[in-house]
Order: sequence, then C-alpha cells, then structure tokens
Amino acid sequence: MATKLKRMAPSTRSSFLTYGMVIAAYVVMQAMLSGGLLTSSLKGMLVPICAYVVMAVSLNLTVGIMGELSLGHAGFMSVGAFTAVIAAAALQNTVSNGPLRLVMSMAVGGVFAGLVSLIVVVPVLRLRGDYLAIVTLAFGEIIKNIINCVYVGMDGTGLHFSMKDAASLGMAADGKVLLQGPMGAVGIQKLSTLTAGFLLIMLTLAVVLNFIHSRAGRAVMALRDNRIAAESVGISPTRYKMMAFVTSAVLAGLAGGLYAMNFSSILAKKFDFNTSILILVFVVLGGMGNIRCSIIAAAALTVLPELLRQFADYRMLVYAIVLILVMIFTNNPAYKAFFARFRFRRKTAGKETA
Amino acid sequence: MFSKLVPIPSGAMVPDRDVDKSPILECINLGVTFGGLKAVENFNLTIGRTEIAGLIGPNGAGKTTVFNLLTKVYQPTKGTILLDGNDTHGMSTIQVNRAGIARTFQNIRLFTDLTVEDNVKVGMNNAMGYNMWSGIFRLPGFWKEEKVAHQRAMELLSIFDMQDLADAKAGSLPYGAQRRLEIVRALATNPSLLLLDEPAAGMNPSETAELMENIRKIRDTFQIAVLLIEHDMNLVMNICEGICVLNFGQVIAKGSPEDIQSNPTVIEAYLGKKKEA
Repeated sequence: MATKLKRMAPSTRSSFLTYGMVIAAYVVMQAMLSGGLLTSSLKGMLVPICAYVVMAVSLNLTVGIMGELSLGHAGFMSVGAFTAVIAAAALQNTVSNGPLRLVMSMAVGGVFAGLVSLIVVVPVLRLRGDYLAIVTLAFGEIIKNIINCVYVGMDGTGLHFSMKDAASLGMAADGKVLLQGPMGAVGIQKLSTLTAGFLLIMLTLAVVLNFIHSRAGRAVMALRDNRIAAESVGISPTRYKMMAFVTSAVLAGLAGGLYAMNFSSILAKKFDFNTSILILVFVVLGGMGNIRCSIIAAAALTVLPELLRQFADYRMLVYAIVLILVMIFTNNPAYKAFFARFRFRRKTAGKETA
Repeated sequence: MFSKLVPIPSGAMVPDRDVDKSPILECINLGVTFGGLKAVENFNLTIGRTEIAGLIGPNGAGKTTVFNLLTKVYQPTKGTILLDGNDTHGMSTIQVNRAGIARTFQNIRLFTDLTVEDNVKVGMNNAMGYNMWSGIFRLPGFWKEEKVAHQRAMELLSIFDMQDLADAKAGSLPYGAQRRLEIVRALATNPSLLLLDEPAAGMNPSETAELMENIRKIRDTFQIAVLLIEHDMNLVMNICEGICVLNFGQVIAKGSPEDIQSNPTVIEAYLGKKKEA
C-alpha cells in the first residue's frame, strides 16, 4: 500500500490527501457532536462552515485555476439559496423524506445558479482582468437588488410571483408567503445537516479536482499561463473558460442551498459584496489554485470571529490583524523554504522505490 | 545527403522528392501594414511537403511577422496563404492550428505552472474526444484516452530524451530544455507544417548540433515540413534545403544554401555596401 502510494502521480497523491483531510475532519466533528463537546454556537456554525468551504473551493476554480478575478461569487450563492428555499417549500407536500427534499432543492438551486451564470458568462468572458472583476461585482449587486423586490407565495394552486408586494400575489386563503422582498425568505424548514454538508464538500472536491486533472482543466490552466501559446496549440479560450465558470457557479448554487436551509429565515443582504470578498479572502489566504489550503482557510476564518468573541468590540480589528499576520508569515521566504524541503524529500524518496 | 532543389512551374524551388506533390504552403503576394508601415510586402514562398526551409534576415526584417501572419496572430492586409491548397483567409489562430500549422515562439511561451507532460498533453487536446462529463465523473472514455495521451506524450518527449523530466514544472526547466519542450508541444498538435522561431537561440555549439540532428529526425519520422527562423548560419546552411532572405519586409533572395552564401545582395544586407574608392 505504501509503495503503491508512492508510485502514484504526485497530483493523484495530493488529491487523496485532500479527501482524507475532509473525511478525518468530518469524523472528528461527528464524534465531538455526539459526545456533546461542542458549544451551541459552534454547533450552529458547522453547516455554514461546510457551505463556505464549498464556496472557497468553487471560487478557487475561477480565481486560482482560471486566473480571472470574480467579485460576484456570492451572487450565485444567493440565486442558489433562494431558488432552493422555494423549491423545498414547493416540494414539501410531494416529497416527505427530509434528506431527499434537501438534495432535490439544492439541485434546483445549483441548476438555477448555472443558468444565471450562462447569461453572465457571455459578457464576462469578453473581458479580462480588472474589467471582468468590475462586471462580476456589478452582477452580485444586481442579483441582491432583484431578490430584494421579488415576492413569492404558494397556495393550493401552486407558486405565485410578484414584483410589487405580498398582497398582489393574489393567493387563496391557505396561501403562504415564501419570499417577502426585503424581508427575505421566511419560514424555512431546517433541512441541512453536517452530513449533508460533508457530502457536498466531497462532491465539490471530486468535481473540481477531476476537472483540473482532465483535458478541460489542463486547457483552462494553459490559457491562464499563456493565452497566446494556448491559442497556438488550438485551445479555444471561450469554450474552456465557460466550462470552468459555469461549473464554479453551479457549485456555488449548491452551497447556497445548503446554507439557506440551515436557518429559519434568510435575507438577500446576507449575500452582498462583503460575502464575495470574504470568500475571495479564503482563496487568497489558502493560496491561488491550492484547493486543500483554501478548505483550511475557509474553515479557520469562519470559526475565528466566533473564537474572538471575548474581544467584544475589537473583534473585527483582531480578525484583520490575524489575517495580515498570517499573510505575512506564509509569504516569508524562510517559511516557504522550510516546507519546500519537505516536498523535495518526499519526491526523492518516491524515486528510490520506483 | 540533401535532395536537390528543382524549380517547379510556378518558379518556386522545392526538393525533387516533393515535386510531384502539391506544396504544403504557398504564400502569394502576402503583405501586412501597421499604420503606414509596410512590415511585410509582396512575400512569396512555397514549401514542399517534407522540406526544411529557412527564413533569415537581419534584425527587424519581418521574419517573426511572417510567422505571425501564417498563424493569424495578425490578419494579412494583402495576399493569400494556401495551406495544403486551402485558403486560410479569415481563419483564427486556433483554426489554423487545427488545419495543420504549429509553431514555437522567439521568447519562450510555455505553460509554466503545468508539468512537462501536461504541457505536451495540452497540445494533444484537440485530438482527444472525451467531454467534460467523462472528465469529471471519470468515465471509461477518460481513462482510455488519457492512457493513450500519456504514452504519446512520452514518445514525443523521447525525441529529445526528456522522459525523465515529465513530472517537473515546465517553468523550472533550464533554458535549452524549455526550447525543446516548445517544439515537442507544437509536434503534439500533429502539424503538417512546423514553424520554429529561433530554435537554437541561447544554445551552445554541441546543443545546436544535437538540435540539428533532431530537426532532421522530426522531419523524417513525421514526414512534415519545417520552416525555421534562425540567426545561427551554421545551422541554417547545414539543414535547410531552401532559404528565403528577408530585409525591410521584402524578399531579397531565395534559393539553396550555396546560392544564398554567394548572393551579393544578401552579403550587402548583412554586412553593408562596400564603399567605392
């Protein structure tokens, strides 16, 4: 087994290490949960951590692998969250099984986020660099403002939509308002669990890692490294960048669905520019293109504000200082050399057995 | 050792083994202007199926511009490029590559963060057929084609004896190896015409000698045409069967290496005019 592990391609070994890390973290968390070792505030954060990890991994596909700065990733999460909430309510009577309904409504969220990204991707891929970042930023704000004016209700006859107010939905007496414009989605059934979050992370990892190590992923990374050379060997930029961008958006939609169904009500304001930046910070801190470390960064930075609660008013200040210190230290040449040494050793050890 | 060059009806020179076959590349009155500057003008060139041809000229003569016209990095403002008899008018860089032209770059352009093997596999991308879903869900099509791609990448790397470097990052390779990897990547696209932009730049004499052998080997194994830009006259005169000399965007001479070496116009372009006493 050990020799087999060493004979594997370095990329495969790295992927397995990532899966192993997530499985180990899940087992530990599940054990602590059943042992009652977690505080209630930490318990409530398990599902959001899972959602943020998925967001970080999927954004890493756009920012790290494709090399384009996207500042509207929370927009896709938002689309996924609200469509999933509506889908879950609509399916309440037909699908009684909770986990199955969660999976189905998350899938609806993912599909809608994917469809929206197909619309966005057309103007976005004509742009590069700063201009692309500005368009994605605007997209995130547009989504937030649209959801702020949408009213959705459900009665015996089906779903009702309105852009005016709840009264204009024209529902029957048994009607229930699901989405109340600026008041957000209310009366959500809590369907998300740690296990669902864990399974979504594993799915995301499988999709993203397999994408990277297939011909589409190689093409996307080739375009990132040298667009002119990639075109000279016949790589079409639009086609492959679109694949990566839409895949990333679908995963964000799934994460949105998971996130929303962990709360009883949720506001469109939750998925604003700050959230997009927060996810970008996970990616940058973990390292562009480094999937495993962006998982660690997402988990750590989600828990950190909670751990800093004792600093009360100075919480965000301390958070910022910790962030700056981590960036400085991880960028330190001495630190990098220290870890590079480990990598070198492992490589030569592998060669000896081969 | 070299086949003799003979004129064909159009007046162009091609190796005699290619006379009966149509030329792989024909440029007719090709020209491009940038603003008012005529970078290349009235460029005519014919390359036979398995010819090794050279494009030489002093700095700034427009040699790389010709490559950029052939690969459609610039769209020509005048003239026609016939690749295997088909007009490439209106094609993009990507389409020209699919039609059979592959190139290397004067300033090396590798995918620096990818491994050597992956750089070569990117070149094979268009030959692979499996879609994104087989890639993500690892369906049988993925395994089958990746296995073939791996074997072919190793075969191509073995031309330059680079199999051992397959797992190294392309950006970490020494300069000479990076130049060789660019050639391998271009070959991976299965071209019928290979354009090499200064393949021997920065190489020492023994590396250059090895490169010459390898360019010949590539031509013989793959039966393709090679057009190269090079300043190393030893290399050009040794392996090129036909040479085209450019100066200020104009062709000033064409012919076999012997013709070019004794051509007074070429000597003047390189060394300047002798002052009349």
